[in-house]
Amino acid sequence: MRKLLILLCFVPFVMLGQNQITGIIHEANPDTKQQPLFGANLIWLGTSVGTSTDIDGQFTIPFKPEYKQLVISYVGFKSDTLTITTAKPIMHYLNPTSDLDEVIVQSRKKASSRSYLRAQNTILVSSAELLKAACCNLSESFETNPSIDVNFSDAVTGTKQIKMLGLSSPYILIATENIPSIRGASQAFGLSFIPGTWVESIQITKGAGSVVNGFESIAGQINAELVKPSTDNAFFVNLYGASSTRLELNTHFNTEVSEKWSTGLYLHGNTHQEKHDVNADGFMDMPIYSQVNVMNRWQYTDPEKGFVSFVNLRYLRDDKQSGQLDFDPDTDKLTTNAWGSEIDTKRYELSAKLGYVNPEIPWQSLGVQFALSNHKQESYFGLNQYDIEHTSIYSNVIYNSIIDDSRHKIKTGINFTYDAYDEFVIAQNFARTERSFGGFFEYSFDNLELFTLTAGLRVDSHNLLGEFITPRVHMRYSPWSKSAFKASVGRGKRSANIFAENQNLFASSRAISILNTTGAIYGLDPEIAWNYGVSYLQGFNLFDRAADITFDFYRTDFQNQVVVDLENAQEVSFYNLEGDSYANSFQVELNYNVFEHFNLRTAYKFYDVKTQYQTGKLAKPLTPKHRVFGNVSYETEIKNNSNWKFDLTYNWLSEQRFSLTNNNPIQYQLDDYSDPVGTLNTQITRVFSPKFEVYLGGENITNVRQNNPIVSADNPFGSSFDTNFVYGPIFGSMYYAGLRYKLK
Amino acid sequence: MKKLVLVLLMIATTVTFAQDKNKRESLEVDGVCAMCKSRIEKACFKTKGVKSAIWSVETHELKLIFDENKTDLKTIEANVAGVGHDTKALKATDEAYGSVHNCCKYRDEEVQDDHKKE
Repeated sequence: MRKLLILLCFVPFVMLGQNQITGIIHEANPDTKQQPLFGANLIWLGTSVGTSTDIDGQFTIPFKPEYKQLVISYVGFKSDTLTITTAKPIMHYLNPTSDLDEVIVQSRKKASSRSYLRAQNTILVSSAELLKAACCNLSESFETNPSIDVNFSDAVTGTKQIKMLGLSSPYILIATENIPSIRGASQAFGLSFIPGTWVESIQITKGAGSVVNGFESIAGQINAELVKPSTDNAFFVNLYGASSTRLELNTHFNTEVSEKWSTGLYLHGNTHQEKHDVNADGFMDMPIYSQVNVMNRWQYTDPEKGFVSFVNLRYLRDDKQSGQLDFDPDTDKLTTNAWGSEIDTKRYELSAKLGYVNPEIPWQSLGVQFALSNHKQESYFGLNQYDIEHTSIYSNVIYNSIIDDSRHKIKTGINFTYDAYDEFVIAQNFARTERSFGGFFEYSFDNLELFTLTAGLRVDSHNLLGEFITPRVHMRYSPWSKSAFKASVGRGKRSANIFAENQNLFASSRAISILNTTGAIYGLDPEIAWNYGVSYLQGFNLFDRAADITFDFYRTDFQNQVVVDLENAQEVSFYNLEGDSYANSFQVELNYNVFEHFNLRTAYKFYDVKTQYQTGKLAKPLTPKHRVFGNVSYETEIKNNSNWKFDLTYNWLSEQRFSLTNNNPIQYQLDDYSDPVGTLNTQITRVFSPKFEVYLGGENITNVRQNNPIVSADNPFGSSFDTNFVYGPIFGSMYYAGLRYKLK
Repeated sequence: MKKLVLVLLMIATTVTFAQDKNKRESLEVDGVCAMCKSRIEKACFKTKGVKSAIWSVETHELKLIFDENKTDLKTIEANVAGVGHDTKALKATDEAYGSVHNCCKYRDEEVQDDHKKE
């Protein structure tokens, strides 16, 4: 060694940075799914320089100008040779060989999967899973996922809300591309403002999430990755029509502007203009509405220098009208002529991301995120006027590196958030500004075999929540083959936007009262909760077919919560928790590949969610104790580039508690519990070619309906009127059809 | 004097160049499966100074990044062979090879074929 050094001293020695090419290899399959190839081999012709693709089909290969021909090969596929002149990212499709003198055993990538290796209990939902239902927007894209519950928030606005671990969406941190996006003013309707076709994949993390994205998540985190200009289709159109006369149109245009720049324009429009009243209560079963949603993305990629960047611009306009059939906004707005409601939303967004990965040192990277949004909602519900404007800034700098070696990874960084709220509630103005500045540090250890640990800590200073720390720990242990025991614990803290999150309560005659006055947010204190969870995932073979089973148990314990008390039927009171409030959730999920192309997913869930109200410790209203879920999907063999896909999803919810109605007149009193409710959805897709497919589906095909979803519908200005006792479908069955056409 | 300084400087710079803190190397290591992968990578990390080690089950390529001030390729190779995996330059001893799990006996053609089916 020393001799070598001495020698080296006399040899002028220059290290040249080696260029690299990155890319992704897909299977060219006619059903047009992006099917990454795992383990495809790449080699520069005439050299021994090569690599192979990882689980996501991605690869990185050294590049020198003298390398010209890149050979890509994979068992069962035709080898291709590409001529490479510049270090541009490569996106290539390999064609399966058609000669049948060998039998090729392939495993198909599942549409949604749990990770055996990550410390966090994360479910990855790929684009294939998202196509199992029409999923016109993000709130509908969870219909085939047992971890998330989707239900209507009320009987008039037609909004679907989601729950996780028995807690509603304000307790879930919902982000798009890791920027918290559905929060504050957009909490109630934000999920319907993200069109389904824009979503590339979703990651659902149960329990305490990573500290990187902030301190607000309590029940879990949902992150939606959007389609990217460099990988999305050059042209895509999706047309959807439903028997309720809901129409939707999505178009994507993506193009390369230069070697490093590409851009995409995504247009979404939906409209529904027919009034329905299936249950003859005089109220529309769903609102009439129209939405225009436009996004423009710019992507910059420079693999040689290790830069990737995105700039997004977005504009949304959404108008809804609901209420009685004969309500005319021009003459009846805010009068007692007829009960009606309008919700008009405008939203502007600008976000930018810059990522740098050191081309020489793969573990070193730096990311900068910035997002600015303005959300303005003007609305009234009967005589209750509610306006909110929310301007938000989010910024985040994150640095990734290692300690000693790549088994010890660290993430650290800072973020700054700013939220200005301006609200007009019935006859009162509320305004507040929230500013927070924080730093985070996350350490993860992977011993490469059995054990992974992620420990994160945040320190934040917030003008209304004070200075506080947020610790979160996750671990995974895999003692034997195909197993993963996971445990997590973490703390979350947030300010409850009581009006924005509970807008559905304006569509009632309840008098609003806030019982505390000393807190910083509407007189109330911030919500603080600890979440604990354990899960066990085991893969196994049953009759020679792959299966896996997951058990998980989570508990969320509130130290403080803003209690929404509906136990007096003519009032809603908000107050700080005094006593216990917890949510226990147990879930068992089984996935089984019954035979080739036929998959079964089934799950059972148990919820025990209780809160100390002023009248006693009661189960949370409208939260079923039991849920049974089943989904079967079948695809036929692909012949001449075309095939059929069938999907069937069943959901059963046990009885749900109604908040007390015993102080209403007798005709407006409800039972203590709702009926159980089971719904069946189905979809058939016909793939004609990689470019063109048509789908046909039915929601709630057994036509299950909740008969009287509105209390006191005959007297909407009386003191008992309430639209919030909704536990099941209102409209009955709905059929839809649509097409997708794409050009690569 | 000037010349001396210049020469000294040159030597100093070449030395720092030669002592790359993040030296990248790649070599071929025999093995068949994910268990081998973890065994090979762990052996690399046991060597002080190795920062990153990624072994590919398909290509048998071991990609290394290490600090030349603390270790060298020979030492790493010796450690990999020490846990029973052959490299082009260094064959593992029979004793070391004997210590690998039965399903990982990569020198055995039957075992190789078994893993090809995966």
